[in-house]
Amino acid sequence: MRYRNWARELPLHVMIIPALFILILFAYVPMTGVVIAFQKFYPALGISGSKWVGWDNFEFMFKLPNTIQVLWNTVIIAVMKIIVGIVLPLIVSILLNEVNHKLTRSGIQTLIYLPHFLSWVVLAGILIDILSMKGIVNQFLQFAFGVDPIFFLGDNNWFRFVVVVSDAWKEFGFSTIVYLAAIVGIDPALYESAKADGANRWKQTWHVTIPGMMPIIVLLTTLSMGNILNAGFDQIFNLYSPVVYETGDIIDTLVYRTGLVEMSFGVSTAVGLLKSVVSLILISLSYWCAYRFANYRIF
Amino acid sequence: MNAHAGQLEKVATVVIYVFLIGLAVSCVLPLIHVLAISLSSASAADAGMVTFWPIDFTFQSYQYVIGKQQFLDSMFISVKRIVLGVTLSMLLTLLAAYPLSKEKNSFRFRTLYVWVFVFTILFHGGLIPWYMTIRSVGMLDSIWALVIPGAVPVFNVVLLLNFFRNLPREIEEAAFVDGANHWVILFKLFLPLSAPALATLTLFSIVGHWNAWFDGLILMNNPTNYPLTSYLQTVVIGRELSQLSPQDAILMSSISDKTSKSAQIFAACLPVLLIYPFLQRYFIKGIVLGSVKG
Repeated sequence: MRYRNWARELPLHVMIIPALFILILFAYVPMTGVVIAFQKFYPALGISGSKWVGWDNFEFMFKLPNTIQVLWNTVIIAVMKIIVGIVLPLIVSILLNEVNHKLTRSGIQTLIYLPHFLSWVVLAGILIDILSMKGIVNQFLQFAFGVDPIFFLGDNNWFRFVVVVSDAWKEFGFSTIVYLAAIVGIDPALYESAKADGANRWKQTWHVTIPGMMPIIVLLTTLSMGNILNAGFDQIFNLYSPVVYETGDIIDTLVYRTGLVEMSFGVSTAVGLLKSVVSLILISLSYWCAYRFANYRIF
Repeated sequence: MNAHAGQLEKVATVVIYVFLIGLAVSCVLPLIHVLAISLSSASAADAGMVTFWPIDFTFQSYQYVIGKQQFLDSMFISVKRIVLGVTLSMLLTLLAAYPLSKEKNSFRFRTLYVWVFVFTILFHGGLIPWYMTIRSVGMLDSIWALVIPGAVPVFNVVLLLNFFRNLPREIEEAAFVDGANHWVILFKLFLPLSAPALATLTLFSIVGHWNAWFDGLILMNNPTNYPLTSYLQTVVIGRELSQLSPQDAILMSSISDKTSKSAQIFAACLPVLLIYPFLQRYFIKGIVLGSVKG
């Protein structure tokens, strides 16, 4: 019996080995590499040859004048993105549900899903052009409202706003998919009885559609907790410049610059480790809450 | 009263349509603007006269881009990366998702394996340890650095294993009775049954590889090894101007920086736009499957 179990399960082990090998090499080995955070690391000496410095890198990190600002920027940008990223698609999907003309509806859907599939490199290239002083956005603002040109990407008053709005613009359409699926799942009988009770469209939305979407809203909100330190490296790296570090520099861009530009490997790894540990706690917590309160399991 | 309410609903409908259509148009206007600039003359583009329609229509900037060796080379690297990367990652995803979709009593190590996989979503070593690992296995400047480290997209594995778990159990049991082994069941039964899910994941994987830029930027020391999006990053975003050859300089006099950048941006979007119709047909199904049946 024991032998038959093994014989039957052997192919399953064989199937999983290649993927397991790659994960061990490129996910678990780097996890052990976090010891670099406690070393004065030189690539030529390697992990075994570099000097152990204890918590020095962490102390150094918190002595840097802008570290706290960077943490703050990260959380602010991420939280604003999370809020807009939940509310805007919710509104759009409810409105989209009111569009009965089929062709118009699918046309709208086709267009709003598109930006999700374009890379931030491409979108940043476009944004840098249209948001420049002579760009089409400033031309329009000047023409329509007589506003003086605004340097959107070089002004600390505007940078976070641009980041949050452009991220919302890129992702809102794609995010409606999950909400639309939830709307489709609402029992049509509920609408029938609401109509029979004399509810107009607004009341149907308020008393049937939104309560019907509540579980998915709760779930998405809970899961988004894991993203509080993810302000969006791809986007910010391609849009920012030293003039807006004050409001736009985030943990991931700081890790990149200290590590791969300034070659302070120990400090960079320390900052990254701090983020990874906090993220681990946040993501675990969010999954646990989602499991506990929304009965959600990832597998 | 009733007539008034009916009128109000009509107005609301019109407002909703206008708002949504406006929003939808805003999603493509920036692309149209870039396309218009890329097809305009340098002087019109530099003067900021172009909005959504080309002025002094010309293909000059595209001729310049197509004649640009580095653009073509990096595009070739991107294609190579997609062929290798998508094939490998789809194969590994398929092979890993099948055993992980088994019940605990038919595969006793399932829970352990699933946790080994999922933990990689929860915790990362960070940028520097990751970079040092790839460096130490000697992959820097090789196409494999863009293909192998990311060859097991755990999220896709989870999506596919959830899909497998929703297939009727009886099919598998009947096949076992007929003497089929796990390999036959995976490749002859599960593979065809999960074609829509696999198509979705494949298309996502293609777009993902095409759009990836950061790994190329840091893992390739030599810019001639950049895939297209990394190359584009250095041209369009990177602040320093790339070195120009004398022929380039002559060409540049008639093609402004702006039109050539726009042409390159649009050329980089084009493959995504081309597979988008196929993508759209599948992804709604795929995502809904993964997120609702979790």
